Amino acid sequence: MIAWTGPAALAGALFLLGLLGLLARRGLVFVLMSIEIMLNATGLLFITAGMRWGNPDGQIMLIFVLNLAGAEIALGLILILRLRDRLPTLDGDAATLLRDG
Amino acid sequence: MNAVFLVAGGVTLVATAVAITRANAVHALLYFVVSLLGMAVIFFDLGAPFAAAAEVIVYAGAIVVLFLFVVMMLSLDRAAAIRESSWMVKSVWAVPALLVVLLGGALARVLTAGAGGGVTPLVITPQAVGAKMFTADLAAVELASMLLLAGLVGAFHLGRKP
Repeated sequence: MIAWTGPAALAGALFLLGLLGLLARRGLVFVLMSIEIMLNATGLLFITAGMRWGNPDGQIMLIFVLNLAGAEIALGLILILRLRDRLPTLDGDAATLLRDG
Repeated sequence: MNAVFLVAGGVTLVATAVAITRANAVHALLYFVVSLLGMAVIFFDLGAPFAAAAEVIVYAGAIVVLFLFVVMMLSLDRAAAIRESSWMVKSVWAVPALLVVLLGGALARVLTAGAGGGVTPLVITPQAVGAKMFTADLAAVELASMLLLAGLVGAFHLGRKP
């Protein structure tokens, strides 16, 4: 039997790594990947909580988290592709204006 | 503590830490795939086989492949990797690391203050998941379908050449 704090601590550590990447990286592809890491960590926490009480709600929530990640990543990647037409680099700091500079 | 969980958890943690520090986007994504597969092993070990399969198929199979397609279309060359590594100086990591340590301390306090207890050793089958999801949680399924439709319409609209 696994103590529930083990997977929960791992989920926390993965979330923190994702947050570190999100805050520190500037490349937009890496920013989106860090968001995925954070979503994944919440998924692990949902599974851990679901299995702690032995009911299927954790897995159901994971399916919804996967849905959210899919919808979010499609729009995020499309926005990166459109931004690539306007900016020479994939620098998140360069895209600060909502109009042509 | 379960040996499978310790090994898979260690692999996941190290692969994620390597993934967020790569300069080459494709290398980072491949390490991310390793971390997702480790996560699927953990799900299986915890007794959630359906979640493990969904993680491999949807995350490692669909989302990361979508990432790879976009990276190919962006045609990131050696100059892009050099530019990425020039952005990763030590001073950039200082403030995020401080914030992460603060949040980590709060999380550690929550984890140590809570009650003990273990994960139940039973396995929740895909049948049980489906039976609950398509009866009690049907409204949430409908909301998820609306979210996916909104994502589809949005991606189609933004993806058109003007």
